[in-house]
Amino acid sequence: MEDTGSIVAFWLLAALTLGSALAVVLIRDLIRAVVLLITSFLGVAGLYITLSADFVAVVQVLIYVGAISVLMLFAIMLTPRAGRNNAETFFRIPGILLAGLMAFTISLVSLDTDWAVVERGGFEETASAIGEALLDKYVLPFELAAVLLLVAMLGAILLVHPEGTDEE
Amino acid sequence: MPFLAKWYDLRDLGNAVGAFLDWIRDLGGPDWIPYVVSGLIGIVAILLWLLVSQLAFIWIERRVIGRMQARIGPNRVGPWGLLQPIADALKLLLKEAITNRYADKPLFWLGPVLIFIPALVVFAVIPFGEGMSLADLNVGVLFVIAITSINSIAIFISGWASNNKFALLGSMRAIAMLISYELVQAFALLGVVIFAGSMRLGDIVAWQSEFNTWMFLLQPLALVAFLIASAVEINRSPMDISEAESEIVAGYHTEYSGIKFGFFYAAEYFAGFAVSAIVVTLFLGGWTAFGLERWVPGWLIFLSKLYLVFFLFIWTRGTLPRLRIDQLMAFSWKFLLELLFIHILVVGAEVLIWHEGDYPAVVVLPIFAVINWTLAVALVVGWATFMGHLRPERRAKRAVLTQELGATYFRPAGGHGTGPMGEA
Repeated sequence: MEDTGSIVAFWLLAALTLGSALAVVLIRDLIRAVVLLITSFLGVAGLYITLSADFVAVVQVLIYVGAISVLMLFAIMLTPRAGRNNAETFFRIPGILLAGLMAFTISLVSLDTDWAVVERGGFEETASAIGEALLDKYVLPFELAAVLLLVAMLGAILLVHPEGTDEE
Repeated sequence: MPFLAKWYDLRDLGNAVGAFLDWIRDLGGPDWIPYVVSGLIGIVAILLWLLVSQLAFIWIERRVIGRMQARIGPNRVGPWGLLQPIADALKLLLKEAITNRYADKPLFWLGPVLIFIPALVVFAVIPFGEGMSLADLNVGVLFVIAITSINSIAIFISGWASNNKFALLGSMRAIAMLISYELVQAFALLGVVIFAGSMRLGDIVAWQSEFNTWMFLLQPLALVAFLIASAVEINRSPMDISEAESEIVAGYHTEYSGIKFGFFYAAEYFAGFAVSAIVVTLFLGGWTAFGLERWVPGWLIFLSKLYLVFFLFIWTRGTLPRLRIDQLMAFSWKFLLELLFIHILVVGAEVLIWHEGDYPAVVVLPIFAVINWTLAVALVVGWATFMGHLRPERRAKRAVLTQELGATYFRPAGGHGTGPMGEA
C-alpha cells in the first residue's frame, strides 16, 4: 500500500463501508437499511480487492450481496407492518456501549499487533490455493460444516413448520 | 500519427487499440494514463455497441415476434418500420415520468439506475476476441454469477418503492425466483469450470479451442439449465413472472412511466445481451469457430453467435406461454437441481478418469460427449416421467403461502385437484 491509487481506494472504500454501516443503524426504514447494508458489503468486497484477495472479494459479493441481503429482503417482506418502520428499540444504550467497546478493542488490537508486512509483488491467484486447501487438507472440516448447515436448516424448518400443513 | 497505419487492419480490433496505446505510452507521462485510456476505450466501445445492438434488436424482436404470431409488427415509421425504436425512444424521453405520491422516492429513483449496473458490469469480463476483454479476471465465472444476482435486488427495490400491490407482488416473485434459480445457474457453470479447469473466461475459450470442441457438445444439460436459469434471472418471457402482464399489470414496473420505464426496457436488452455473451463464451466456443477465426475476425464470430443466442430468447418469447409461479419454483427445486447434481457427479468422475488415466483428448472427449448426451436425454425423460405422468399427486401445487392467503381455486370433488386447470 505505497502507491497513491491504493491509498485513495482504501480511504474511499473505508468511508463507504463505515458510512453506510452507520446509516444502517441510524435509518428508520428497514428496506433502505438493507439497501445501505448492501453498499456496505460492496465496500468490504472492494477492500478485499485492494488486498489482492480476488476470490474472497467475489464470494463476498456472491454470498452477502446476492444471497444474505436477498434473504433479509424476503424476511422483511413477509413480516407484517415491519417493513416501513424500524421503530424504537429498548437496546439503544447497551447497543451503543457494546459497539463502542468493540470498536475500541479492535482498534487497540490492530494498533498493538506487530503486523508482518508483505513485500509488494505481482498479483497471485488465491482461488486455486483456497480450492486445494478446502478439498485436500481441510476436506473433513469442510464436509462436516456442510452437514452441520444442512442439519441446522432441517431443524429450522421442523421448528417453524406447523403440523398438518404439508398436504392440503 | 503513426498508429493510424494499423487501424485499417480490421481483422483485429485489439491490434489497432494496442497500437494506439503504444503510441500514448511513447509520448511519456505517468504509467496510469495508458491504463485509464484503455479502460475508457473499452467502456465507450461496449456502450456504443450495446446501444446500437439494442436499437436494432428492438425492431428485430418486434418484427420477428409479429411474424411468429401471424401479425405484421411495426411497419409505419420509416421503411419497414425501421425507425420505430427511435420513435419509441423519443416518446419515452418526452413522456412525463410520474412519481407516485406515496412512493419511497429515493428508492423509486434508485431502482431503474441500479438495474443497469449488473447488465453493464458483466461485459467487463467477456472476451470479445483474443485479448479483447476489459478485465480477464481469474475468477471470471464466479464474478458473472455474483453480479447477475444484483439484477433481482434492483427489481425488488423498484417494486417495493412503488408502493403498489401489483408492483410488490412482482418484486416478491423476482426475489423468490432469484433464490430458486441462483443455485441452478451456479451448478450449470460449475460443470464447465470442472472441465476447463479454470474460472477465467479467456482460459475456458482457449480450452475449447485447444480441444476443438464446444462446451455444449460435451455438456448439453448444463447449457439448457443455464439458459433457463438466466432467462429467469433477466426476466425474459416465458419466465417473466415478475412482470407477467396477464396477471399483475406490469409487475415491478407498474408505476414507472416515461424514461424511467425506458430504463427498464433498455436494461432488459442489455441483460439479454450479457447472458447471451456468457452463453457464447462458456458453451459455444467464444470467439473461436474450429479454425474459422484465422480468416474472420474473432469479434465478428463472437457477435454473430451472440445474436444467434439472443434470437433464441426472442424465439422462446414468441412461442412459449408464460409459466405459473409455482410451476417455475417446482421446476427449479424438484427438477433442474436434481439433474444438475447427477450431472456434476458424472462430469467430475469423467475429469478424474481423464486426468488419472492420462488418455488422449481425441479418444476421451467424444466418449464423454456421447455419455453426457445420452445421460441428459435419459435423465430429462426419466425424471419427467417419474415426477409427472406416473405420480399425479407429485405435480406442482399451489405455494403454501397462496393457500394461507385464501386464494380460491377449483377443486374437483374427491380428487387431488390443485390448479385452476383441474389437473387431477
